[in-house]
Formats: sequence, C-alpha cells, structure tokens
Amino acid sequence: MSTDVTTLPLITGPLDDSGPHWLVALRRSAIARYGQIGLPGARTEAWKFTGLNALKALQPVAAEGPAPAALPSSLADLDRTEVRLANGRVEALPSGLPNGVEIVPLDDPATVPGWVRENLGSVSSIDAYPFAALNAAQFTGGVAIRIARGVMPDAPILLSIATSGDDGATAIAHPRVLVVVEDGASADLVTVHQGSGAYMANPVTEIVVGTGARLSHSVLQAEAVEAFHVAMTSVRLADQATYDGFVLATGARLARHEVRAELAGQRVDYRINGVYLGADSQHHDLTTFIDHAQPHGSSHEMVKGVLTGRSRGVFQGKILVRPDAQKTDGFQMNRALLLSRDAEVDSKPELEIYADDVKCSHGATVGELDDDQLFYLMARGIPKARARALLVEAYVLEAIALIARAPVREAFTAVAADWLSRHVAGAEE
Amino acid sequence: MALLEIKDLHAEVDGKPILKGIDLTIEPGEVHAIMGPNGSGKSTLSYVLAGRDGYEVTGGSIKFDGKDLLEMEADERAVAGIFLAFQYPVELPGVGGMTFLKEALNARRKAAGEDEIDAMGFLKLVRAKAKTLEITDEMLKRAVNVGFSGGEKKRNEILQMAVLEPMLCVLDETDSGLDIDALKIVSDGVNALRAEGRSMLVITHYQRLLNHIVPDKVHVLAQGKIRRTGGKELALELEQKGYADFVEAA
Repeated sequence: MSTDVTTLPLITGPLDDSGPHWLVALRRSAIARYGQIGLPGARTEAWKFTGLNALKALQPVAAEGPAPAALPSSLADLDRTEVRLANGRVEALPSGLPNGVEIVPLDDPATVPGWVRENLGSVSSIDAYPFAALNAAQFTGGVAIRIARGVMPDAPILLSIATSGDDGATAIAHPRVLVVVEDGASADLVTVHQGSGAYMANPVTEIVVGTGARLSHSVLQAEAVEAFHVAMTSVRLADQATYDGFVLATGARLARHEVRAELAGQRVDYRINGVYLGADSQHHDLTTFIDHAQPHGSSHEMVKGVLTGRSRGVFQGKILVRPDAQKTDGFQMNRALLLSRDAEVDSKPELEIYADDVKCSHGATVGELDDDQLFYLMARGIPKARARALLVEAYVLEAIALIARAPVREAFTAVAADWLSRHVAGAEE
Repeated sequence: MALLEIKDLHAEVDGKPILKGIDLTIEPGEVHAIMGPNGSGKSTLSYVLAGRDGYEVTGGSIKFDGKDLLEMEADERAVAGIFLAFQYPVELPGVGGMTFLKEALNARRKAAGEDEIDAMGFLKLVRAKAKTLEITDEMLKRAVNVGFSGGEKKRNEILQMAVLEPMLCVLDETDSGLDIDALKIVSDGVNALRAEGRSMLVITHYQRLLNHIVPDKVHVLAQGKIRRTGGKELALELEQKGYADFVEAA
C-alpha cells in the first residue's frame, strides 16, 4: 500500500503482511475498501439512528494481553465446551474436544487447515461495511470452529470473547470468528461478549451452515458499561439448513449489532430473535438483513426492547425476497417498551419483495406499560413496583422463550431477570 | 361498625361528573345489589371503590373497616380486604396464573402480618377452590386469562376471590356474557363465600343474577345517585317495569 494506513481512523498499526498470500490479499482489499468508504457519517442511511461521534474521537491502541471476565453465574453453571478469546486471541482451548469438533486458533495463519482458508472472509461482506473491513484488515488471532459432517455434539460450545480496556488510551480489539457447520451436523453455540474498562470491541463472526445442518446460536452482549460494541454476524445457509439465532444485549455504552443472513439454499429455516435492555444513557442498535435468495425459505424475527432512563433503542430490519425466492414465509415483529419519558426508540422495518408468491408480515409497536394490566395486578394487592416488574418480565420472557435449548434459555432468563431486578423495580414512571 | 360507609360521594371521569352524591352503608355479612341502567355510574362506583387512577373523587367520603379508603392506593385497598371482580377481566400474557395468585395471596398475608404460604400448601388450597369452580389444572397453568372464554374469565375472578378471602366483594356485572350453566357455577362459587363477616356488593343490570345470589338489599342507581332502596322484591319489580321511572324522574 502506498498510503500510510495508520492515518485512517481507528487503525492502530500498519498492515500485517507477514501471513500467507491469501490472508495478505484479504487484508489488503479490506484496508483499501476501508480507506475508500471511511466511517459512516450522519448522512449514511444505515447509520442515521446511531451516531458515531464519540467513537470517532477515539485514538485507540490495540487491546493486548489477558482480559479477565467472569461469566454470569447462570452461564458459568452451564455444561459446555468453552473457548476463550482475550483481546481477540485464543486464551484457552478446551481440553478433550468432542469427536468431530475442531477448534483452530488463527494465530499462525500459515498452518490453518483448508476449510478455514476456503471460508474465512467468504461470508462477511466488506463492501459497504467499514467495521467489517476494519476487522478484516486488523484482526489479530481469532478462532475457527468446525462441526464435521453429521456430528451433533451434546453440550453447547461457549465462546467467551473478552476485551480489556487500557489505562490511558481506549483499547480496540477485532475478534474474528469463523464457524463451519458441515452438512447434516447440528450444534449449539453460545457467544458471550464481555470486558472491563473503556474499550471498543469490533467482532466479526462468519457462520456457514451446510445442507441439512443446524446451528442454534445465542449471543449475550454484556460488554462493560464504558465500552463500544460494534459487531457483525454474517450467516450463509445451504439447502434445508437451520440457523436459530438469539441476541440478548445488556451491555456497552453504545452497541451496534448487525446480523446478516444469506438464505442461499432452498427450504432454509432462519430465525433471528432478540431482546435489548437499555438503562441510563445506553444506546442499543440491532440491525438485521435477511436475504431470501431461494424458494421455500422461512424467516422469523421477533425483537423486543425495554428502555429505561435516557436510553435509546434502534431496530432496523430489512428483508429482501429475490425473484427466485417463491413461497418465502417471512415474519418480522419489533416491539419496544419505554419505561421512562426520556427513553427513545427508532424502528425501521424494510421489506423489498421481488417474488410474487410469498407471505411476509411485519409489525412494530412502541408503548408503555398497559394501565389496565397494572391496575388489575394492583387490584389484587400487588404493589405498583412489583406489578411493573412482573409485566416487564413477562414481556421480556416471551421473547427469551424462543431459545429452544432449555439450559441456554434458562441461563439467558436469569441474566435478563438480574437486569430487570436492578433496573426496573426502581425505575421512574 | 359498618364495614363500608359511603357518604355523599361525588366522582368524575375526564372532568365529567358521574357520581353525584351516593350514600350507602353495608354492614358485615350483608349482600347488597346495585341495579341500574347503562351509564348510571355502576362501574364508576366499583372503580372508585377499588382505587383506579383516573376516577377522581371530588366530594364525600368512604370508610372501609374504619379506615379512610380514599387515602389508600389500589394495592393497599386490596390487601385490606376489598376485592373487585372485574366486568372485563384483563389478560396478562406471560404472567402465569399460579404465580399471579401466589403473589396476590402473599401480599394479602404479608399485610395481615402472616408468613408467606409454602408451595405445597398453596397448591392444595388453589386446587381445592378451583375444583368447585370447574377450573382445570391446565387452566391454572396458563397465563392469566389468556385464551380464556368469557365464562372462564369470570370463573377465574371468583377463584381469585375464593383464594384471597376478602372482607368486601364487589362484583361488577359478573353475570354479563354468561350462559345459564356458567351463571350457575359462578353464583354457586359466590354463595359458597357468603359468610358472617364478609359483605358483598353485587352490581348488575339484570335481575337474573339475583335469583342465584339473593341480596339483603337492592338499590337503584340512576344518573349518579341512588334513587330507591328496597328488599330483594325490588329487583323483581325492576325486571317487570324496567328503569324508565328512574330515568324520567331524574
């Protein structure tokens, strides 16, 4: 590269061109793209509800070293295969992996197996996604997980992605994850984002789900309160593949989680549900894109938010149904519950349909707690604060109930209940 | 001492006067019926008693068991022993029926200085009361009132009443939307709760409910005031003549 890449925003060092040719090529095209598009501005449509001024002002340093983070107790009790990333690098690999499960640190790209080379960078588009390009250009370490053909591990794989803030400048980490679920395999993945101090985490997760394969993927975003979290999850599904995704977001001062899915095969079952819980001046943005490219696919999206204090929620959900994607069945619902007068939400559903034989529904509701319901509970002797807590809990749990695997569902329920006990019982009206 | 003593009660909703000077005294153990045409203020009276926001008392007083009811929040009134059986019971998606009942019962016990009920004792209590109201375990497990028919909702109200054992039961048009069989089940449930220290205020448009729940006194409410008070025979008279006399008289 002729230009000095270190002058670009959020870049912490020169391009690493020590790796194998394929990786250097990936990094070079990514940094070139990043240089062209730069960070989104106020007029960038995809970012119009999520301002990045605070983030743009950062002069970050690369996050390094250990990143201590304790799992929420409910997840710590989960029977699991655990992989820990600290500041992007694999810190601990489980000993004794289940048969057919392969977990490969990407620290030494020269030695990675063929399936990593083939897939890394193939799902996550960098064209219009500056943060994904930034990740591709700058990631250090990273991990790739493969579930071999037909394998169905019993326990969920828990991927802990932790970042540690630096004392002086804000640290930045670009965790990189590749998950390949081969034909006929079936697995549960739980991703937990955590950290300490002030930092920016910019994780990119690429997921390939093969023919007839299934991945249930539950994400807990519980970053530190001073953190910026900008995440991209990109999923590609083959014929009759299932992706059952859930995002529970409670952390970070500013969070943007973008989940993109390419329903590249026929009869795909894609689900992306979630809950965001905002307090104080938090900003939660969940942006999703579902690309129905083939016939008989179904997608289900239920996103619920609870906002207290001066927090803000953003939901943007685009569904594209291409001309070939006949018999598509799409459902999208976004609901937000505002528990204070200063909380705000922006909801932007977007349907783009080019096939003529499809069923697509979408809806959005924003509201406060229902007075009739509150009065009914109080008329039975339940104090107002408790009545509110019961109603909010019911509202949130209706979405969390969509997590199919019971131990994961229960763990996420406990995380949400803990948040509600801290932020709702005493929240102002 | 009277259990409930309403004196010259005035109340308005959205600035519109609805109750215009109600006087009503209910002694412990008495069953009173309030009958009246639509729009007479029957439901407003029930909400004012239960303490609903938006029902503003502009004059008069209500004493319940010696306490100033108007100083109390809705939940405080409930734990003190007032129970409103809703005309339109509210659905609470995601709130389990048993959780709801247990929260309510424990709130009442706490106010009475009693310990929380243990899980086994609670289950036994609810099952026993539910059985006589023909409420199945499956219904108990569902979210409160969600997916219930009109009759099931009304039976569920009476179940809550039976579990909470209030001192004053206010039944707001409990007969509305019930067929004959459901009316019988609900009435039997209410009658089973009749007791020496427990009073009832039965609000209804029609006389038929009073065939089953026989009142000690019947009041006619029209245009925000009690126009006439009599015994149970007054209900029969109204059934024959309608409310025309009272509407014109006002």
